[in-house]
Amino acid sequence: MAERQQKSKQSPTRDDDTVAEAAPAVTETGEKLKAELDDLLDEIDEVLETNAEDFVKSYVQKGGQ
Amino acid sequence: MALPKVCGIETEYGIVVRGAENNPVTASSLLINSYVAATNRDRGRIGWDFEDEQPANDARGFSLDDSMAPEVETTLVNAVLTNGARFYVDHAHPEISTPEVTNAREALVWDRAADEIVKAAMIAAKRVLGDDAEIIIHKNNSDGKGNSYGCHENYLLARELPFGRLAREITPHFVTRQIFTGAGKVGCEMPGRPHDDIAYQISQRADFFEEEIGLETTLKRPIVNTRDEPHADPQKYRRLHVIVGDANMSEVATYLKVGTTSIVLSMIEDDALGDDWALGNPVTAIRQVSHDPSLRQTIMLGDGTRATALEVQWGLFERARKYEQSHGLDCVDEAVGADIMDRWERVLTGLETDPESVGHWVDWVAKRRLVTGFAERHDLAPGSVKLKAIDLQYHDMRPERCLASRAGLDTIIDQSEAIDAMTRPPETTRAYFRGRCLDKYPDDIVAANWDSLVFDIGRDPLRRVPMMEPLRGTAEHVATLIDDSETARDLLDRLGE
Repeated sequence: MAERQQKSKQSPTRDDDTVAEAAPAVTETGEKLKAELDDLLDEIDEVLETNAEDFVKSYVQKGGQ
Repeated sequence: MALPKVCGIETEYGIVVRGAENNPVTASSLLINSYVAATNRDRGRIGWDFEDEQPANDARGFSLDDSMAPEVETTLVNAVLTNGARFYVDHAHPEISTPEVTNAREALVWDRAADEIVKAAMIAAKRVLGDDAEIIIHKNNSDGKGNSYGCHENYLLARELPFGRLAREITPHFVTRQIFTGAGKVGCEMPGRPHDDIAYQISQRADFFEEEIGLETTLKRPIVNTRDEPHADPQKYRRLHVIVGDANMSEVATYLKVGTTSIVLSMIEDDALGDDWALGNPVTAIRQVSHDPSLRQTIMLGDGTRATALEVQWGLFERARKYEQSHGLDCVDEAVGADIMDRWERVLTGLETDPESVGHWVDWVAKRRLVTGFAERHDLAPGSVKLKAIDLQYHDMRPERCLASRAGLDTIIDQSEAIDAMTRPPETTRAYFRGRCLDKYPDDIVAANWDSLVFDIGRDPLRRVPMMEPLRGTAEHVATLIDDSETARDLLDRLGE
């Protein structure tokens, strides 16, 4: 679908200092999570169902609300 | 002024049986009955009171002495718990409705309690089924094959708020909040589109919405549901039944989902939001947002201009900041409201800077890291069944199998608080009266529902105690009364019933 030209809404007035302050904390956590992800990927093979593919194929639910 | 935002969460869980007949209705009944029997060994079962049914018909007990399979009772099971929650079979799923609470933090506590109840129920069911079979529960919203089941929120609103305006003004939030409340999904389940058209999307639920507004919950699902069943004084209140959300594994996501929605609804009640962010085509937009994890695609606004979901969220956030300054956030609990505002700003900032940076808060980001990390490590193509297995197992409620609990998600409450809330009602709503009475007078209560309790104290007829005010029957109102009443008869005498 061709993207129509975007007319940006009036940009919200935000305090740039707030943004700058908030970002490092989250980034630091991101670094920590990267290391944790490697550990988790090591673990994932053990945690994954041994017959994961069959389990997914047979996972059928009746529709609810 | 906006009413205090009484709210609650109802979750339908996915259910499969391994090693025995995989009948979801039977299994859901067994799951609930096993839990009730294990927790209520010495108590009669208290039924749910359907207005137009004989309550006594629902009060049939269940005990572990009954021989279980294959003759499990499959009439739709309904239990009311001492924490004020309802644990029941809905369609073909086990469902838990949390007790009514007054703020997002309490909603999170009792949502987590519901998860702990489900885990305990799986263990109780395994004892009944024996070693060779088990019931497995997932806290998700779709089976990846086009079947969906819900995680609904409910919010108390003033009856005088015109429904048309409410529907129009809440829609932008419902369409765009998924950027931090979405639970993530491998593949696409939109009718008529190939499953692998979309490698990964933000929301479990977005594919299933076909209408802007309507009464349906199972077919042609609407973004704004019009079910008008307040479970409270209908002259004063309406209950907004929200069916558009994903079930969250992340505590922060649950907290933000309820917290931001409570604030936006309060703004609408006080007519402090307006139509600036109205959408041109909400049904198209909810899918566009979900199908674009880059968060860059724009959606059409009502005035023909376009904006990203993030821009809409920033717009709502800015309005909320102004509202906080002009009206305060008492109606959502001032301290909780302030914390929600702070986290709302931080999650939008993080999503804007780098979505990966909020992987400890946001389910779809946390899940995507597992999916992409696993795909890279094992050189798997998008749409591989192994990746769908990771998607599914993210939501697995078995602690030894759950991937969400290993994904580095932040928590807000202590595990002990969730465990405590499995049996303890919130103190701030009528759920306190319901839960305490069920705990203290179980033999004298024949039925319960959201807005009444029915007592049988040996004097005919049965006594129905109405609870039409969600904010009456709190600990402040009735704790001493219940403490001082040895028996249900004492209680009813003191209540003047």
